[in-house]
Amino acid sequence: MTQILMPALSPTMTEGKLARWLKKEGETIKAGDVIAEIETDKATMEVEAVDEGTLTSILVPEGTEGVAVNTPIAELDGGAGAAKPAPQREPAAPAPKAEDHAEIAAKGTDNRPETVPAQAKAPAPEKDWGPTKAITVREALRDAMAAEMRASKDVFLIGEEVGQYQGAYKISQGLLDEFGPKRVIDMPITEHGFTGMAVGAAMTGLRPIVEFMTFNFSMQAIDQIINSAAKTLYMSGGQLGCPIVFRGPNGAASRVAAQHSQCYASWYAHCPGLKVVAPWSAADAKGLLRAAIRDPNPVIVLENEILYGQTFEMPTADDFILPIGKAKVEREGTDVTIVAFSIMVGLAMQAAEALAAQGISAEVINLRSLRPLDTETIVRSVKKTNRIVTLEEGWPYAGIGSEVAMQIMENCFDDLDAPPVRVAGLDIPMPYAANLEKLALPRLEQVVDAVKRVTYK
Amino acid sequence: MAETAARKPRGKGAPKGNEPAISKSELTRAYRDMLLIRRFEEKAGQLYGMGLIGGFCHLYIGQEAVVVGMQLCLKPGDQVITSYRDHGHMLATGMEARGVMAELTGRIGGYSKGKGGSMHMFSREKGFYGGHGIVGAQVSLGAGLAFANWYREDGAVAVTYFGEGASNQGQVYESLNLAALFKLPCIFVIENNKYGMGTSVDRASASKDLSKNGAPWGIPGEQVNGMDVIAVREAGERAVAHCRAGNGPYLLEMKTYRYRGHSMSDPAKYRTREEVQKMREQNDCIETARRLLLESFGVAESELKVIDDEVKAIVQDSADFAQTSPEPDESELWTDVLIDDSSVVAGGR
Repeated sequence: MTQILMPALSPTMTEGKLARWLKKEGETIKAGDVIAEIETDKATMEVEAVDEGTLTSILVPEGTEGVAVNTPIAELDGGAGAAKPAPQREPAAPAPKAEDHAEIAAKGTDNRPETVPAQAKAPAPEKDWGPTKAITVREALRDAMAAEMRASKDVFLIGEEVGQYQGAYKISQGLLDEFGPKRVIDMPITEHGFTGMAVGAAMTGLRPIVEFMTFNFSMQAIDQIINSAAKTLYMSGGQLGCPIVFRGPNGAASRVAAQHSQCYASWYAHCPGLKVVAPWSAADAKGLLRAAIRDPNPVIVLENEILYGQTFEMPTADDFILPIGKAKVEREGTDVTIVAFSIMVGLAMQAAEALAAQGISAEVINLRSLRPLDTETIVRSVKKTNRIVTLEEGWPYAGIGSEVAMQIMENCFDDLDAPPVRVAGLDIPMPYAANLEKLALPRLEQVVDAVKRVTYK
Repeated sequence: MAETAARKPRGKGAPKGNEPAISKSELTRAYRDMLLIRRFEEKAGQLYGMGLIGGFCHLYIGQEAVVVGMQLCLKPGDQVITSYRDHGHMLATGMEARGVMAELTGRIGGYSKGKGGSMHMFSREKGFYGGHGIVGAQVSLGAGLAFANWYREDGAVAVTYFGEGASNQGQVYESLNLAALFKLPCIFVIENNKYGMGTSVDRASASKDLSKNGAPWGIPGEQVNGMDVIAVREAGERAVAHCRAGNGPYLLEMKTYRYRGHSMSDPAKYRTREEVQKMREQNDCIETARRLLLESFGVAESELKVIDDEVKAIVQDSADFAQTSPEPDESELWTDVLIDDSSVVAGGR
């Protein structure tokens, strides 16, 4: 004897109306026969028999409303071939109660690995890499890729104009000559397609570097970056990683208007399963890009077009590399902490210089990594200065500054002597006109003013 | 061979009198695998009805010949990728029924430890790369699997399945272009089951012959009777040979049919009961194979009964396992977000 149960016919159905029986008692039923019609919360659905046999009795007459899912609605005299009902060895997986979710989430927050320790440790000193030389950010990025491509045949560069054209911004200059067209691969203008293709290749263990001519074009491919690259490891229970780098210039360049001047820092930093770095100096660029290429996870490297031509001192050591997830204190100070990343670190350094002239000692933190965020270094600094200004080029709303401020609230609220202040790009699409563009981006005097606000000077 | 026009759809059963294009052992294996998928999916539908499986659950019932026929053409090392109607592909590539069913019930014994569900399972060992929930995304990823084969020059081919609904996505055409441009060993298989959710192909595609969708890039295509596992295998062999020889991608449009709704909560009002019934009665891939084994290959009923029983036992075992395997521990919430990379920057600080 097999019982036919009231089936759940949608993810949200808990009960339904047994609208009509299409089989009578005594009738023979084959698997696949429609036996009844049920009105769910969404629609009227036909119920097909799974088991075979003779319908011996109908337990719930047609027209009955509010029949709970899993209520026996009929009995079947199973023939020899009838499937046995599924065993009920334990209560049939009860739907978790609402409070369970909250409980789990709360526990999860406690268990979050990146929670900052209550007592901040003394900072580990930045490793001394020995002699340095002056080099542009552009060359540093190229050298990072060349070094990693020499080290592993699994590493290749793919993107628009990366090969024969030598890079739209000349980042890949010389790479085609050294590594050939199979490892420096020119793509048609088809970001969605080639990003998906690179992600698929990475799932087999290859290590693609995907160059977006600018990160603005990554929006064409953002589904593949988030839904395929970032989430597959989790969805596969840890089986299928995606060692891939997405890199290119991010944020405003100069006079290229709204569609080509946008900061993607908070877009990508929002997503678990990704790492996001934003280098400022040549050393940042080389050290972080090398780490990104070696990383077994998908890493977003947000570069900046204006920085490409700027020159910095960089260690000459062959094995120079920087860890992802560590910020750098670029300038020590005692009165206020200025947190910035990418090109805005330069502005923060200028502001610190200007403030020093006015007797205010500013500490400048170069975040380097936006996900994971080095909250420990920020908190340690704020415990010392008791004041913080965040600085970024992107939009203020739900920006990186918002996250930094919230981390401060959660980790060292009692150490604050003033509310945090953020300096960010204006909350508008980027204008083209030279004067308007200048006004839309953070300016030196705004940073200085912000510092004065938090220091009550 | 390349520009094969629409092949004559095969009628019921195999050509009698002609040399059957498949061996007895292969057809027996195909029958067994198709039956396993059918019974597995019926059981999944039953467990869904009992509330043991949640969320989306897209059944493959009716389309079994497509993936089973293609699988007969592949070798270890070849890859398979598909959308969210994926249970059949997993079983066909040799993944364990237990692990698949336990994933459907969201248990630790599932292929993804219960963290992926019906649409997201993977097995690198069996060459199965998912299991993807965004319509069309798996096509670019599949081109990427083929790209990896091209890059490594390892002779493997990637079979990329998608529905006729997905065939209208922009990235599908980007991927066809890329595959043709780089001569990637990629077999694009359109499983045309006539309905993208509730929208019939006539209402969705201006292209009436989807096998020609790769024509602008010179990708050879065929229309195949996807309800006939022998026809699928024959076309699959041509496609695989083309790809392995380094000639680039190949496209197969499988004319198939799903008997069940798009997902479990589909009232299926966009087609008539008679249409479904007619397809089941006249074109069912399992019935066709069964008849052929009995009539043309001299297989005894009792031999098929042994297979039926074996399949039934596997499915029942998977259902038992899927209900007794525990739910994932709460600690699993935070695992597998990122791979630990402590070894990456040894020279860091």
